[in-house]
Amino acid sequence: MTQKFNVIGSRAPRLDAPDKATGRACYVDDIEFPHLLEGAILQSPHAHARILSIDTSAAEALPGVAAVITHRDVPDVRYGVSPARYDETIFAIDKVRYVGDEVAAVAAEDLDTAMAALELIKVEYEVLPHVLTVDEALAEGAPVIHDAFPGNICAEVHQEFGDVAAGFAESDIIRTDVFVNKRQDGAFIEPHRCVAVYDNFGQLTLTSSTQVPHYVQRTVAMVTGIDVGKVRVKKPYVGGGFGPKAEATPCDIISAFLAIKTGRPVRVAYSREQVFLHCRARHQFKHVMKTGFKKDGTIMALDHQCWLEGGAYSSFGIATVYYAGSLLAAPYKLPNMKYDGWRVYTNKPACGAQRGHGGVAARACFEQQLDLIAKQLDMDPIELRLKNIMTAGDVSCNDLAMSSLGMKECIEAVRDGSTWRDKRGRLPKGKGIGMASGFFVSGAGYPIYRSETYHCTVTIKVQEDGGTVKVLTGAAEIGQGSDTAMAMIAAEAIGIPLDRVRLVSGDTDYGVDLGAYSSRTTLMTGHATKEAGEAVKDRVLTALAEELGIERDRLDMANGLVEISGDPVDFSELRTKYIKEHRGWSDHPAGDQITFTEAARIAYLKYGTVVGTGKYKPPVLGGKFKGAAVGTSPAYGCSAQVAEVTVDLETGQVTVDSITDAHDCGKAVNLTSVEAQMEGSVSMGLGEAMFEEVKFDDQGRVLNASLGEYHIPTVLDMPQMSCIVVESGEPNGPFGAKEVGEGAIMPTIPAILNAVHDATGVTITELPITPERVLKALKEKEQEKD
Amino acid sequence: MEKIRIELTVNGKQHDLLVAPNRTLAQTLREDLRLTGTKQGCEVGDCGSCTVLLDDVPVNSCLVLAVQAAGRRVTTIEGLAQGNELHPIQEAMIQHGAIQCGFCTPGMILSAKALLDRNPDPDAGEIKDALSGNLCRCTGYQKIVEAVQDAAAKMGRD
Repeated sequence: MTQKFNVIGSRAPRLDAPDKATGRACYVDDIEFPHLLEGAILQSPHAHARILSIDTSAAEALPGVAAVITHRDVPDVRYGVSPARYDETIFAIDKVRYVGDEVAAVAAEDLDTAMAALELIKVEYEVLPHVLTVDEALAEGAPVIHDAFPGNICAEVHQEFGDVAAGFAESDIIRTDVFVNKRQDGAFIEPHRCVAVYDNFGQLTLTSSTQVPHYVQRTVAMVTGIDVGKVRVKKPYVGGGFGPKAEATPCDIISAFLAIKTGRPVRVAYSREQVFLHCRARHQFKHVMKTGFKKDGTIMALDHQCWLEGGAYSSFGIATVYYAGSLLAAPYKLPNMKYDGWRVYTNKPACGAQRGHGGVAARACFEQQLDLIAKQLDMDPIELRLKNIMTAGDVSCNDLAMSSLGMKECIEAVRDGSTWRDKRGRLPKGKGIGMASGFFVSGAGYPIYRSETYHCTVTIKVQEDGGTVKVLTGAAEIGQGSDTAMAMIAAEAIGIPLDRVRLVSGDTDYGVDLGAYSSRTTLMTGHATKEAGEAVKDRVLTALAEELGIERDRLDMANGLVEISGDPVDFSELRTKYIKEHRGWSDHPAGDQITFTEAARIAYLKYGTVVGTGKYKPPVLGGKFKGAAVGTSPAYGCSAQVAEVTVDLETGQVTVDSITDAHDCGKAVNLTSVEAQMEGSVSMGLGEAMFEEVKFDDQGRVLNASLGEYHIPTVLDMPQMSCIVVESGEPNGPFGAKEVGEGAIMPTIPAILNAVHDATGVTITELPITPERVLKALKEKEQEKD
Repeated sequence: MEKIRIELTVNGKQHDLLVAPNRTLAQTLREDLRLTGTKQGCEVGDCGSCTVLLDDVPVNSCLVLAVQAAGRRVTTIEGLAQGNELHPIQEAMIQHGAIQCGFCTPGMILSAKALLDRNPDPDAGEIKDALSGNLCRCTGYQKIVEAVQDAAAKMGRD
């Protein structure tokens, strides 16, 4: 990219950082609502049970209780994430399907009273047999969780691209490998919460800790029956999301009903334990991959089966089961691919989307298999990958089009950055080095519901005084840095310094934005912001050209100063006019260029308030087969990582010593924020690789529903990370930019697994990589030798 | 429940408060004094986001009863900046991109401040030990450690 930027590509500090560093940033719980009631939800203690009766009379009689609601008080309407699988009700009607299923809710003057009221609700259950694993759920005669889905299969996928049988026939080596991960928790530090206000105009306003104000608005409008134009969802600062906050939650929906019923603001907030019960995080996947290779390392065919343990409801699961297959079609040339996937209902909390969505475990399995094939072929694993990678212009067997792909650059960057050649095969006993690649969408090609909607709209208003512009976007800043990125894109597009841009976001009143998921914001909202900025610039410069009596195309703007091509233009009259309007001010524009402030003021005086709007939706993408939409994107990010580990051969303890990480983000809007996403991705991947696992007892109760017992990485667990940003220049991205938020997690788990193999010679096929598993594998290897 | 009168010095300002015996310091700070910079991520002492300094020692304020803090000095995130002049740790966290969602940030900064106040020149290992009770799901911690190192260097020079 030869384009010169003034704002894009810098390391500008984040706009929200000062507020967050000083404690001034307000999250849901930090906002005061006069007359607030506290809501609480009664959740099922059983994994599977029929509800025989619910008696709320004692709870209603408790002083301080304002409302008690059950399924009898709300519409019998089904909702969920995907309209193809609306399988949730607001409260359980006939039966509960997991420990945590919502049965009733209370609003009271304070939380203690609300909790006391929950204790007084009498629910009579008839306990039913339950299923907690895929095997149990698929067993013949297994209890059925949803009557509409006998056999407990929530969704299944059967796809074949190319000719897999022919691909295997031409293969010299065929390998089959099995891989299992574990259910992961999102473990964002701020639990879900929402405050609902139902006002005298019949308008419902939710202040929610969500990644997707737009979808929450639609879902809440649908279940309450309130006109969607009268439902407003605002997202203040959000303490992390990572996927599990990408759908309307019971906090949103139940607070809405309680607020409508009581006419007072109602807060419903999850405790940490309830975050685990709600889940909607990473599924457990079991992958079986049979892959054929030529002797020279060329990949010929993949026959892939996958089972997802989904929990009691669908959530994002249909997309998840598709992603688990479709994202393997790149970044390697894979001419023939067959995929069979099943997402299975169980009596556990529903799994959904989490960073990397359905692709993470699949990527781990496949990248580990690549290393095992390389070993069989006596090839360097990096060479094997370089031999097979796609480049810009390639299209995968399932119609994913690579408009840019810096895969080669990423692999070479981590190879050189880690001094791979000096280390691979040369490290002392117990030390290992491994690498893997990754690949991810840069925004889902289609909305979750079928619609021709724009995926985002952005408005930029020039403040009438001319000094600043204000960006209005529905985009969801959840910590990833989208506010700063959008302000930078606006500044670059208009040609003004970043400190001239103010931004408000995360409110459905500001426009449509599908939200923070599928790594879509930089590319999609970025496009809309750029378009709005260019409209503002054009409007301002058109006014100025008219005022100066010159052609519009002689004018441009950069760094807040107007550039005039051709002969010098006398603008002293214009400046005098501006200064006369600002008598007594001390910061009059000076210098030999017209400032943005002057030009914007002139535009206002001519036209009234100057507003620019922008919008974006991707072009029609993908093939015509069933499920072709999942995996399509206007662009794809890719990545590579090298992990170095130490394995204690006596105890099986693995320590990750370093990660060298390269990611192709097209063009870094903010370099620091790109690195920040890369480093954060490594930490979430490392957690899943090394110790994260939501555990259940035989009654379907979560055993480790706390951040003390569910171990996420602390600062002491993290290796040294070296980040290398690769910029391939994405033609479909604003200023060349594409994703970094999720693709960066893809290589972490397999890079660590491959390093462990390098250190020990053993293959770990089940996560997490606990000392017990490593030790067991070492012992088995030892026995094989004997 | 009968309330108890306590005196609490928060960010240098003395408060006379009536608190229930089971009220936590975190609740008192957030709800009675409206110092909402102190965050609560778990309410059981696991995440560290409610970290404040009690007589200069970092504590999980969700695990301290307000009555236990009676007569003692509390420093919250709101007490670090002098007017508009930020504390060097705050400044470094901003400059290093060590803040993402920001929910752990106040607790993280206060743990770092307690460290630098008693050990102005810590090595990376000492910084990591001092921050090990503060969970962050966004950053992977590297930029936070770098920010604290940078703040220590700057504070040492002043």
